[in-house]
Amino acid sequence: MSTPFYVSPQQAMADRAEYARKGIARGRSLVVLQYADGIVFVGENPSRALHKFSEIYDRIGFAAAGKYNEYENLRIGGVRYADLRGYTYDRDDVTARGLANVYAQTLGTIFSSAGEKPYEVELVVAEVGATAAGDQIYRLPHDGSIVDEHGSVAVGGNAEQISTFLDQRHRDGMTLAEALKLAVQALSSQANGADKAIPAERLEVAVLDRTRAQQRKFKRIRGRQLARLLEADVPAAAQADAVSNDEAPEDDAE
Amino acid sequence: MEANNRGTGRLPAAFLTPGSSSFMDFLGAHSPEMLPGNRKLPEGVVEAPHGTTIVAATFPGGVVLAGDRRATMGNMIAQRDIEKVFPADEYSAVGIAGTAGLAVEMVKLFQLELEHFEKVEGTTLSLEGKANRLSTMIRSNLGMAMQGLAVVPLFAGYDEAKEKGRIFSYDVTGGRSEEHGYAATGSGSIFARGSMKKLFRPDLTEEQATTLVVQALYDAADDDSATGGPDLYRHIYPIVTVITDEGFRRLTDEESQELARAVTNRRLEQPDGPRAALL
Repeated sequence: MSTPFYVSPQQAMADRAEYARKGIARGRSLVVLQYADGIVFVGENPSRALHKFSEIYDRIGFAAAGKYNEYENLRIGGVRYADLRGYTYDRDDVTARGLANVYAQTLGTIFSSAGEKPYEVELVVAEVGATAAGDQIYRLPHDGSIVDEHGSVAVGGNAEQISTFLDQRHRDGMTLAEALKLAVQALSSQANGADKAIPAERLEVAVLDRTRAQQRKFKRIRGRQLARLLEADVPAAAQADAVSNDEAPEDDAE
Repeated sequence: MEANNRGTGRLPAAFLTPGSSSFMDFLGAHSPEMLPGNRKLPEGVVEAPHGTTIVAATFPGGVVLAGDRRATMGNMIAQRDIEKVFPADEYSAVGIAGTAGLAVEMVKLFQLELEHFEKVEGTTLSLEGKANRLSTMIRSNLGMAMQGLAVVPLFAGYDEAKEKGRIFSYDVTGGRSEEHGYAATGSGSIFARGSMKKLFRPDLTEEQATTLVVQALYDAADDDSATGGPDLYRHIYPIVTVITDEGFRRLTDEESQELARAVTNRRLEQPDGPRAALL
């Protein structure tokens, strides 16, 4: 009779975590930054149809790195959760904190149940407030922990390096063009020091814009508007420079 | 029913099961008791506030949808400033005559249905698709309609593919028909329709179209006791909405006040309103 090998719980968890981390690292990284009027999501995404960022509810956006089918599943679960909650109570009762909790429980249960394969995803749930102080950004790693972030956050393979880069350069009250440029710069810097340029058509950009008149604040930025923002003459890591331009009136690209 | 009430706080399996992009389908599978059509009906007839007249008219480039503000219960005025016209999404609106409570709930569910589809699929439904969805919802309400709790909406939107405004009207069984030019629903609709029949032209400007619907609502209020005219004393004016390729827009209180006052002032001189040429 064969005796099953003993694997310590620590080892089992470490193995699962490594499995998930490796899966996430295969995907491209993405960043989420606060800017003066809201929160901007930036990532490299060659696909026009399979999004990394999307709207969950009026003021809540979702970003994910890792395995597409797994985070798409979580995204739709989140939309269902938010819509059901808003229908049951009120639209104001749907919050990023509530959603982040549900995601954390879901990811955590999957991660620690031996019968299930851990999800190879890392999520960001962000909610834009009435003022910058009210903005909330939550990062949810594969194991279901929640990290309450401020200013900037990066998830995906290169996250640590990109985070360090952003932490040094991000400041409060950046314009959208400044924040976008900084994000692109962060995503293009490579570990080995050699930067690779990301062309505009490979960028996926979305914002939660608190100045938007509609109740739903999520908006994708693409085409002409994206090009205009990228071309806007902003000193990239402008610290002392005065605000040089507000972006031109936005044409709705939705 | 709350989303995370099942012990672990984890999203219930139903939330993560691949399925249709319809919120109503999801609700039907997950908590069917929340769907208005699935409720058990008590015996007897319930009396509840009713909304009355909704009118709509197209003009080149868009469509106007408007409603009066009165809700009645029997011969009593239940509410003077009820809202019966709502945006359904960015390019469409729905106005509702019938049992007010159910109507408002139906609108809420309809708005959510369109938004849910848009978020899940990443694209909006066609105008035709939206109109059909509303049809299904009215059909599911037939049981209550039989007990006197009918909801009869008017749906109007800007069709981005066809680049024009379109109007759909419904009956209590969910029967749907596209209306050309103008349409009205509710108890004052006969009078409103008569009014629009004489005033409507296919080449109206947006401003003329908004005036047209206010004239029609005035005529409906003139002859139907359940429809309220502009209440100048309390500053309650009809709700007028315009949908064009720029999306849904509700006239501000000042704009609808100005419209209603202009119409009312002319009626001081000519109580029956503008006259159409006799041949």
